[in-house]
Amino acid sequence: MSKIDSKIPEGQLEEKWSKYKSTVPLVNPANKRSIEIIVVGSGLAGASAASTLAELGYKVKCFCFQDSPRRAHSIAAQGGINAAKNYQNDGDSTFRLFYDTVKGGDYRAREANVYRLAEVSSNIIDQCVAQGVPLAREYGGLLSNRSFGGTQVQRTFYAAGQTGQQLLLGAYSALERQIGLGNVQMFSRHEMLEVVKIDGKARGIIARDLISGKLERHFGHAVLICSGGYGNVFYLSTNAMGSNATAAWKAHKQGAFFGNPCFTQIHPTCIPVSGDHQSKLTLMSESLRNDGRIWVPKQKDDKRKGNEIPEEERDYYLERRYPAFGNLVPRDVASRAAKERCDAGFGVGASKMAVYLDFAAAIERYGKQQILKLGIDNASAAEIRKHGMDVVKEKYGNLFDMYKQITGENPYDMPMRIYPAVHYTMGGLWVDYNLMTSVPGLYALGEANFSDHGANRLGASALMQGLADGYFVIPYTIGAYLSAEIRVKAIPTDHEAFVAAEKKVQDTITKFFAIKGTHSVDHFHKKLGKIMWDKCGMARNEKGLKEAIQEIRQLREEFWKDVRVTGGPDELNPELEKAGRVADFLELGELMCIDALQRNESCGGHFREESQTEDGEAKRDDNKYAFVAAWEFKETGSFELHKEELNFDVVHPSQRSYK
Amino acid sequence: MNLTLKVWRQKNAKEAGNLVSYKVQDISEDMSFLEMFDVLNEQLINKGEEPIAFDHDCREGICGMCSMFINGQPHGPLRGVTTCQLHMRSFKDGDTIVVEPWRAKAFPVVKDLVVDRSSFDRIIASGGFISVNAGNAQDANNIPIPKPDADKAFDAAACIGCGACVATCKNSSAMLFVSAKVSQLALLPQGKIEASARVMEMVAQMDKEGFGNCSNTGACEIECPKGISLENIARMNREFYVAKLK
Repeated sequence: MSKIDSKIPEGQLEEKWSKYKSTVPLVNPANKRSIEIIVVGSGLAGASAASTLAELGYKVKCFCFQDSPRRAHSIAAQGGINAAKNYQNDGDSTFRLFYDTVKGGDYRAREANVYRLAEVSSNIIDQCVAQGVPLAREYGGLLSNRSFGGTQVQRTFYAAGQTGQQLLLGAYSALERQIGLGNVQMFSRHEMLEVVKIDGKARGIIARDLISGKLERHFGHAVLICSGGYGNVFYLSTNAMGSNATAAWKAHKQGAFFGNPCFTQIHPTCIPVSGDHQSKLTLMSESLRNDGRIWVPKQKDDKRKGNEIPEEERDYYLERRYPAFGNLVPRDVASRAAKERCDAGFGVGASKMAVYLDFAAAIERYGKQQILKLGIDNASAAEIRKHGMDVVKEKYGNLFDMYKQITGENPYDMPMRIYPAVHYTMGGLWVDYNLMTSVPGLYALGEANFSDHGANRLGASALMQGLADGYFVIPYTIGAYLSAEIRVKAIPTDHEAFVAAEKKVQDTITKFFAIKGTHSVDHFHKKLGKIMWDKCGMARNEKGLKEAIQEIRQLREEFWKDVRVTGGPDELNPELEKAGRVADFLELGELMCIDALQRNESCGGHFREESQTEDGEAKRDDNKYAFVAAWEFKETGSFELHKEELNFDVVHPSQRSYK
Repeated sequence: MNLTLKVWRQKNAKEAGNLVSYKVQDISEDMSFLEMFDVLNEQLINKGEEPIAFDHDCREGICGMCSMFINGQPHGPLRGVTTCQLHMRSFKDGDTIVVEPWRAKAFPVVKDLVVDRSSFDRIIASGGFISVNAGNAQDANNIPIPKPDADKAFDAAACIGCGACVATCKNSSAMLFVSAKVSQLALLPQGKIEASARVMEMVAQMDKEGFGNCSNTGACEIECPKGISLENIARMNREFYVAKLK
């Protein structure tokens, strides 16, 4: 008997969610007032869940480690948010968005969840516009769309290159409104450090006030983990410095299964590492690949500057390998191809770990178009270039400025250097259809759960999922659990379970200070990141993964013997905060490698070198691996695998091809 | 390059602080200002001293968390960037750089370079929203919005809430921050319904938090990393008078 029950409702795919909504038990308004819900995290998922549950009448407490809920890293998403509105009359539909998402995820996501996501996508846009989110518009006053990430319809809504910021500020304003009304209690600069379980159910958390250092006990009838992804396990990623897996990992250690931990997304267009001092990587929007051409020199170790290498000595390797999609192949394919060229010795820049993204051809093409449009005869090359640059500036100016700011190079003259970087984690806490983890009363929303993106997330789908979970899914699904909890009175926090949980947290903090080692927390984090990137990054193999598991175990041992945590426990202490997070990454990293080792197939962002076609493309194995790997924590370094079989009733898995 | 840093150290909100000098060597011009601080902190940790606390998170100029007052300017010498996007190539070998926290009555220092900006959240909570519950919205395209209005609202909404406007203002005024939100929502048809109540509530909360008045020096606009325009302050004043006279 499997321990996994995904609780997918019966019935036709198209009817599951609407039937579910009309039959799920409700909690009456008087009872809602006495039910308390804890929300950990204030990004798109957390802020939208906290505000919506408060609107419904629940008593909500929301926690974030930043100084304000507005800082959550959802804010950094650039590109856009998908919705099956079909405003462009180009044939989009709920079904198409569903289909694209399942296919894009390389057939490793649950059909029912993805269909629901596509279904509520339209409501998200309505809600955001009603909140005053300034999405891009056409001159007629209606909303504008663009195509994104190689889809054939224009379904992406956007706000220049700041879509995440605008959507988050919309959710933040809804949250602040509820805070002002007294329906949400906000705990900024607080970090959740333990889940409290009573009789097998999640009943609260232990949080540390990051200013005073005091540990606090908070009761909740339910606890929602909305703490984002775990990309920072790699040290260098496009995540924020503070983004961490601690809340999710503590939940995992309290019994919540971890789903598909090895599914990470490496984004192809990031600014490359410039030196050892590097603390984070910056993404350049994927939209650049619409006009930019990616290449490396044909000659190995070419010392010339990019703009000095003549056309015939350039290898436009994506166009060469994938003539049908060219520079617009999906993220995972583009990333691996860049790695392949650099590993083979064709990389560019000082580190040789970069490829060129070149706008020269686009500048010329747009320039010629403008000359025709403006009716200029006998235009000089300089004139064409000037007009072309104007167009490129209009489309991508802010990205070019950002590149120049970071690298000190002018991308209008010199091709940009890019390299893939860790960006998003599809894996996360395993949840059922209700978004509940395997611990009753403990939920996971947004990037923190594993549910909707399979093995690879499509562009502009992360924002959609975060807001879908918070605004439109959890308000319904949480009723299924809470309707049976109405008789439970708030449990006083002097209950032994709270006392024990607090002691556990306190002991760990005491232990950190007692080590008095010789190396900083960052020292260990960087080492872990290097192991993960080299052996559990864009390409993985059995030998490397086995080595990585050993190396991580050894590093973890060293960490607990030799880490130096300065300062004290009763004050604002960023080193202590980092130590706790890195301690958790050192356990999670191992699980990611174990999962990657188990999954001897290539799918989406997970590329096993043992499982490829003759010409080096990813090869899925549906007979053996059409399941979700849900890992149960036993003790540190020991996990049990449970498999949730994936059934495809509507979409039939096929091998992706972009040639 | 080698640099001398004079950094504000303050143990906590209660104790007095002072500037402490540090030397850093072999700083690469490709480092961001915060990465240079990482190097300094690593040095301090290795010496067994306590590293300097500073706020930062996304390090790509959008979260608004970083906040350093560098040589007398919020976010340092460049226009239109946050501290995390300031790179060391903006400095030269041998420079002495003075780094202080934001200073304003409504932004009390928490520790070293970290300040408490929760007053901004309380201002938003007082009225910086449109009162619409999830699930009530009509189809998004039922509210057409003239593109110029939508664009202006977007420009105002670009504010990241970092507080540089307050830090640079000789009166520690939050007018640019508050007016950006008031403008964004007042420019949109969805936001007009509550416009009067909103501006009154937000201004009242701003005053209550202890921010100073605006004397139109325009320093906020110059130092704003997101280019929020002074026009927003004019628009807020107009909204305020209209509301007052209703």
